Amino acid sequence: MKIVIINYGAGNIQSIKFAIQRLGYEAILSNDIEEIKAADKVIFPGVGEASSAMSKLLESGLQTCIVELKQPVLGICLGMQLMCNSTEEGNTKGLGIFDVNVIRYSNKVKVPQIGWNQIANLKSDLFEGVSENEHIYSVHSYYAPLCDNTIAECNYEVDYSAALQKNNFYGTQFHPEKSSEVGQLILRNFLNI
Amino acid sequence: MLAKRIIPCLDIKDGRTVKGVNFVDLRDAGDPVELAEIYSQEGADELVFLDISATEQKRKTLADLVYRVAKKVNIPFTVGGGISSIEDVDILLHNGADKVSINSSAVKNPQLINDLAAKFGSQCIVVAIDAKQIDGEWIVHLVGGKVPTERKLFEWAKEVEKRGAGEILFTSMDHDGTKNGFANKALSKLSKELNIPIIASGGAGNMQHFTDTFKDGMADAALAASVFHFKEIKIETLKTNLQVNGIPVRLKKEL
Repeated sequence: MKIVIINYGAGNIQSIKFAIQRLGYEAILSNDIEEIKAADKVIFPGVGEASSAMSKLLESGLQTCIVELKQPVLGICLGMQLMCNSTEEGNTKGLGIFDVNVIRYSNKVKVPQIGWNQIANLKSDLFEGVSENEHIYSVHSYYAPLCDNTIAECNYEVDYSAALQKNNFYGTQFHPEKSSEVGQLILRNFLNI
Repeated sequence: MLAKRIIPCLDIKDGRTVKGVNFVDLRDAGDPVELAEIYSQEGADELVFLDISATEQKRKTLADLVYRVAKKVNIPFTVGGGISSIEDVDILLHNGADKVSINSSAVKNPQLINDLAAKFGSQCIVVAIDAKQIDGEWIVHLVGGKVPTERKLFEWAKEVEKRGAGEILFTSMDHDGTKNGFANKALSKLSKELNIPIIASGGAGNMQHFTDTFKDGMADAALAASVFHFKEIKIETLKTNLQVNGIPVRLKKEL
């Protein structure tokens, strides 16, 4: 299986690479459009600030490549947010794959949300074997509200989308690569799609 | 519900884990990578690696250790000790660290917090603050608590938040090593006055201290070293105990 992690200069991609290694596979880091297109599975990571991450995507022409992919694609954290219509962070236009606008938490809760929260209403093959209310690890200040693409919910200030899916596109707000055994299982499920 | 986090801290000197009483008198407690794996299996929510020799000996990075830990461990971890530039952070994050913790370098050059938050995002910038009370006032200290500064804890904490820190790791030097409990009054004040997560550190001696720091201290996470390293408290037992006391925690289940 050819697994490509899109390398556009955003985020801690080493951890994703190691998590895939622990599952017995090797992932390639690449920003080459042909190589990404030829992959069996594509992972779209992202840690950092939305508008600068988006301009890096635009500079490299990766934005059109990503939306046209036909194989399973998993956006993680900011990667998932950039797959939405827009995000309030830096007033950034997204890739428009998921039909939802990402917004910031109010100051009624501590921001960023850091830590282990529970996922519920799991509705996808991504969560095969994962129990309701399992803990996953997230770090984020912005969130995607619930929408038609929501496949897992989480609560912090409000109920929000912990994961999204549309056709071959998947996204998790949380970090499966950092979510202990549960995260490993979710990653394995993605690789098995 | 967001769980309260339990964070074992691995103080590193010359690549080995150490923990001193009041930061002096070091004792050896094992191999960091091995210990990290054990803690992860026992249900630790995060790990912190602090190179306590770094500030004094100007040692730059723990890149190699970070790489080895990231390869083995599937929970988040923070690295600190001697970090003073964007390049330092870049190398550590690149090798697989999730967050970095800065302390002295932030006090000496507060703009560093802004620069790091802008470049890497607030979510991976932890500012560690060591403080002790002098004439009833919490004063920020440097170099493992040896050198007092002009800064007052609460003012500095607010400034740090404003500059873009994602989290504060507050160690009370008055409590560290005493095993008499965390500095809950100061911690709850920090939690009330700030809007970023606060990690409590210094003073853990028994399981009740953790319940107290989450309830009375309003801490989001609690960090400890020796009680875990010397197996005085088992993380699994601690978490069950916290749950009984009504604290939301992540209990590990067999999949």
